[in-house]
Amino acid sequence: MEFLTAHGADLLFYVFAFLALTGALGVVSMRNPMYGAISLLLTFLAIAALFLLRGAEFVGMVQIFVYGGGIMVLFLFVIMLVNLHRLPEIKLFAGQSPLAAVLAIVLLAFFGWFFVHVAFDPAFVHPEVFRAVKGENLGNSQAVAWGLYTQQLLPFEIASVFLLIAMIGAVVLGRKQ
Amino acid sequence: MTFAVTTNHYLVLSLLLFTIGVFGIVARKNMITVLMSIELVLNSVNLNLIAFSYQLSDLTGQIFAVFTITVAAGEAAVGLGILIALYRLRETTTLDQATELRG
Repeated sequence: MEFLTAHGADLLFYVFAFLALTGALGVVSMRNPMYGAISLLLTFLAIAALFLLRGAEFVGMVQIFVYGGGIMVLFLFVIMLVNLHRLPEIKLFAGQSPLAAVLAIVLLAFFGWFFVHVAFDPAFVHPEVFRAVKGENLGNSQAVAWGLYTQQLLPFEIASVFLLIAMIGAVVLGRKQ
Repeated sequence: MTFAVTTNHYLVLSLLLFTIGVFGIVARKNMITVLMSIELVLNSVNLNLIAFSYQLSDLTGQIFAVFTITVAAGEAAVGLGILIALYRLRETTTLDQATELRG
């Protein structure tokens, strides 16, 4: 019990990291995209939990709403719209997959070497920053909103225009000719 | 104690997710799976942003992650629109059969 209270957050990291990796492997290995989409949902939710473990409560909730809700429903609807009956005859991986595996291993080795050897100082970490608005402890959503509507106001407005353009583009692409 | 989770753990997990996603993008034939792999890559980037935000005690990483999620949502909508257009044209979602530009 003492071990759990001292290392509970660390244990949760390993549990959710395992779930995220399992889901990711499911996405690339499943033949039926429907099972792939469910694996992707597992990855999204596990990553949302990992966000919560790092003090990003607002982004974790947005991850569940936008990814686990919106994008997942979009994927499931499109999978239901297209006809997947001819799937078994089609090869799972394209001809360039050995090359892709080599690329993946090179990426993994190159960046993995750096990521394992770089040392980070835990003394820098002050999680109370994520809840503070002008030095007052209000909450993570308030802190993110404060940053979003003061320092990052212009990118925020550009993001709204971007979403409008994406919506119009999706409607035009999906329209019958 | 080596058991404690540091920023390195998050970086390695994010790298693994990124690598799996890149492999899926390059190697898979089905366009739906390729789009899902792109989502994996974007998620791994978000994980990195959050991990560094925590390490540096700076809220900007979290705000940037919100923008990344916005762009990912737009990308998914447009990508799936293209998928529907391809399916109307070819009756398939296999990328190898999108050969309109081959001479």
